[in-house]
Amino acid sequence: MTRLVPLLSGTLFGGGLALGGMVDPARVRGFLDIFGHWDPTLAFVMGGAVIVMAIAWRIQARMAQPLIGATFALPDRTDLTPRLIGGAALFGTGWGIASLCPGPGFAALAIEPAKAAAFVVAMLGGMLIVRLFEPQR
Amino acid sequence: MLPGFPDAAPVAGLLGGVLIGLAAALMLLGAGRIAGVSGIAARACGISGDGMPRSAAWAFVLGLPIGAMLIAWITGGIEASFAGYVPLIVAGLLVGIGARIGSGCTSGHGVCGVSRLSQRSLVATATFMAAGIATVAVMNALGPEVLS
Repeated sequence: MTRLVPLLSGTLFGGGLALGGMVDPARVRGFLDIFGHWDPTLAFVMGGAVIVMAIAWRIQARMAQPLIGATFALPDRTDLTPRLIGGAALFGTGWGIASLCPGPGFAALAIEPAKAAAFVVAMLGGMLIVRLFEPQR
Repeated sequence: MLPGFPDAAPVAGLLGGVLIGLAAALMLLGAGRIAGVSGIAARACGISGDGMPRSAAWAFVLGLPIGAMLIAWITGGIEASFAGYVPLIVAGLLVGIGARIGSGCTSGHGVCGVSRLSQRSLVATATFMAAGIATVAVMNALGPEVLS
């Protein structure tokens, strides 16, 4: 069960990304291209996901513990830091360049393996660079 | 489908979004964790020391291409148009560095955090959306060869 739930979640997630067109960088690029030929599809994807998750958070608030595992392990920070904003700005710049983010990068391994792998390996390399400069994290 | 936007796929987009929401809800209510792809991937690869057990992180990451493969099989194939290798690698590096420094990506901040009205996630999402829009605008000004 401890592996089945994440596997099922990942599979649903990858299926949702593919169905919503998010595995196609051209479509994501269309969303970010608000000054050109804007394609609002990603807003519908995000809207659908956020509505379902907003309900899930209401249910979570009434639960003492998750269905498997003893406790909820959720972020509780509220501080706005230069790190958060700087990191998000770097992330957004990379997202704009190839119109891929981590989820679609992994999902696209099933669609365009060589190009998705180039992105994913570089992304993991970037994560490793942060780790090497901040070994405490 | 959508007046004024002939290329948009609002119904498929909404259905895909609902699936993503169900995936994140399953991770939250089932395993008690945030379905943040960058954090889980870092955990799976041993780059991050905290989070779910590594085998669970691998199971989630493995599910992503399996799900995409299933949808491609059901719908008879998925069109995808990628940038060239150099922009893909530059973008991957920036996405990886930014996601770790900024504590999350489109899934963790954009879906899980925004739906929780987390102040940090709302600010992060607004920031990476603005940066993405600005980057695409600059690349459009530079011409299509920057993507090759």
